[in-house]
Amino acid sequence: MALLEIKDLHATVGEREILKGINLKVNAGEVHAIMGPNGSGKSTLAQVLAGRELYHVTGGEVTYDGKDLLALSPEDRAREGIFLAFQYPVEIPGVSNMYFLKAALNTIRKHHDLPELDAMDFLERIREKMSAMNMDQTLLNRPVNTGFSGGEKKRNEIFQMAVLEPRLAILDETDSGLDIDALKLVAAGVNAMRSADRAMVVVTHYQRLLSEIVPDFVHVLAEGRIVKSGGKELALELEEGGYAALGLQDEAEAVSKA
Amino acid sequence: MSDSSNTIETIANQEYKWGFVSDIEADAIPRGLSEDVVRLIAAKKHEPEWLLEWRLKAYRHWLTMTEPTWANVHYPKIDYQDIIYYAAPKSKKDAPKSLGEVDPELLRTYEKLGIPLKEREILAGVAVDAVFDSVSVATTFKAKLKDMGVIFGSFSEAVQEYPDLVKQYLGTVVPSSDNFFAALNSAVFSDGSFCYVPKGVRCPMELSTYFRINAKDTGQFERTLIIADDGAYVSYLEGCTAPMRDTNQLHAAVVELVALDRAQIKYSTVQNWYPGDKNGKGGIYNFVTKRGACRGVNSKISWTQVETGSAITWKYPSCLLIGDHSVGEFYSVALTNNYQQADTGTKMIHIGKNTTSTIVSKGISAGHGQNTYRGGVKILKNATGARNYSQCDSMLLGDQCGAHTFPYLEVKNTSSQVEHEASTSKIGEDQIFYCRQRGISSEDAVSMIVHGFCKEVFRELPMEFAVEAQKLLGVSLEGSVG
Repeated sequence: MALLEIKDLHATVGEREILKGINLKVNAGEVHAIMGPNGSGKSTLAQVLAGRELYHVTGGEVTYDGKDLLALSPEDRAREGIFLAFQYPVEIPGVSNMYFLKAALNTIRKHHDLPELDAMDFLERIREKMSAMNMDQTLLNRPVNTGFSGGEKKRNEIFQMAVLEPRLAILDETDSGLDIDALKLVAAGVNAMRSADRAMVVVTHYQRLLSEIVPDFVHVLAEGRIVKSGGKELALELEEGGYAALGLQDEAEAVSKA
Repeated sequence: MSDSSNTIETIANQEYKWGFVSDIEADAIPRGLSEDVVRLIAAKKHEPEWLLEWRLKAYRHWLTMTEPTWANVHYPKIDYQDIIYYAAPKSKKDAPKSLGEVDPELLRTYEKLGIPLKEREILAGVAVDAVFDSVSVATTFKAKLKDMGVIFGSFSEAVQEYPDLVKQYLGTVVPSSDNFFAALNSAVFSDGSFCYVPKGVRCPMELSTYFRINAKDTGQFERTLIIADDGAYVSYLEGCTAPMRDTNQLHAAVVELVALDRAQIKYSTVQNWYPGDKNGKGGIYNFVTKRGACRGVNSKISWTQVETGSAITWKYPSCLLIGDHSVGEFYSVALTNNYQQADTGTKMIHIGKNTTSTIVSKGISAGHGQNTYRGGVKILKNATGARNYSQCDSMLLGDQCGAHTFPYLEVKNTSSQVEHEASTSKIGEDQIFYCRQRGISSEDAVSMIVHGFCKEVFRELPMEFAVEAQKLLGVSLEGSVG
């Protein structure tokens, strides 16, 4: 059974239909890249899977680990192992990064009937992951994403992912706004998380992330539908010919990501 | 509608948990206010002649005053002749000497409020001077305090036992003619707390009073006076909740603090009077005058308040920084939900040299709540080297509430430094979604975000109070986020 199965998924924001029948099957252990021009619906797909209420699912179904995903609240999806690395990580002033992450980990543990971790156990557990993501203590003590640089925010997302150990990780434009060193660090963090029982969906506009995180499958999304699927070589084709080679327009100003 | 606005609604729709009326006969005098009523109150309390004269002077002055209208709050006109100005619980007549003699109904009321006096007495090391309606019914830990020379008890007792101290300080910080509500209080005040900490004594425990309005339609006019003598230190906690009722109730308290040389007074409040129902019906009018005078050199007064209750709050705990190097602080969290209105802030008057003041104000508005910060910083001509730092932050939950900031600044000394920072933010749907995507429920998310916002103020509260304040904030916002 696939870990994630999307069938004919339709979604709207306001009056506008953005997803117009998505079909996708993701098995545990696989990394799928979703590419596509701006405004094709990539981020919408990521947000709909995470349960963002701004988007309304108007048709289709999504099965995750045998459950009806669309019937679950966003927090229950997270507790069941779905993690979204945000394109724009949100700032929460006054709430320390550490406190936030500990609260998140403990609600997830509680959901699985595991004992909650106290501060000491928590620290012990994250120490190794901190150094892997080059997260120093001061970054952990600062309020969530508040005053973080673009690179720090993205590193923080992947660090959170490493600590929360999701079964399905959705990375939404994790490469945007990163210089090459930061990109390599983030990609290394993601690659370290690849495993036979974890699936990843990597949403990106550019091929460059995919030279670092090499996907098993690449899907091209255009105007709310997957128009082409293939192996990792599809990303290279796109790199050379651009979306125009597939006869696609890159509508830069198309959809507000709201 | 999105789920988060649902949550906001749910929290906003939370009923007042502590709304109940306890069944105790009150010994009340007829409605209305006149010289006779003032005399009657003084007589019932067996007050000395000078105090009656003081009350009458205040009353006569009050007659010449008009109710202030400058605050950013709206309410129907108050009929001052329709208020009962004095009520004492019946149990007062038997003058309980210990908790064992206190009416069990009273004790049960406190239990419902989560304030078990007995437990507090033993566990928390807090001396509780509990005000039920207008008369103190239980005072604890007095003996221990007395050993150290600390006088702590009801205002009425202090008038009988330490008339000279009361006479020396009463009305010296908030004159009876100060403002409309202070004048009214001065004329008809019923009871309150009195505390005197002698020279060099560090009060060994947090002093605490729980105020409670109970008898129907009875105005509460509390009067509190705290004096810290040379080098003394005292931390005073004031907390209150009130039972549910339909008619609006006036609460016009006066608190005066006096800090002499090197003395420190820390005054913390958690205010949770009945805020009215979710349609804005009922609720307490909380028109309070609180002021502290740093009379001595190196003296310090800190006000910390968490205001979550009352239909209307009109309150500006202030500091007169008279002594050189004296310090004034004001830390405030004010939350308005449903149709609550708050106009609150502080005044820091720098008179002495090298005086410093800090203002940190956090306003949270939800539902249709209106939250106003009004602050004045005044640096007089001789206040060389005075410094002030003010920070006023507002947070909005939902789109039907309002936040307003009116900082006033008057600087007459060129060597002084004044800094002001302000911000307004909205708990965004994106913040809540971010938390939920990490497994945290909406309610926990809102609570976490709000606590983060208020952290600098909670840090100033004594430990046990901080916990209570956080709980209260959670309860007050319950349902307002989903």
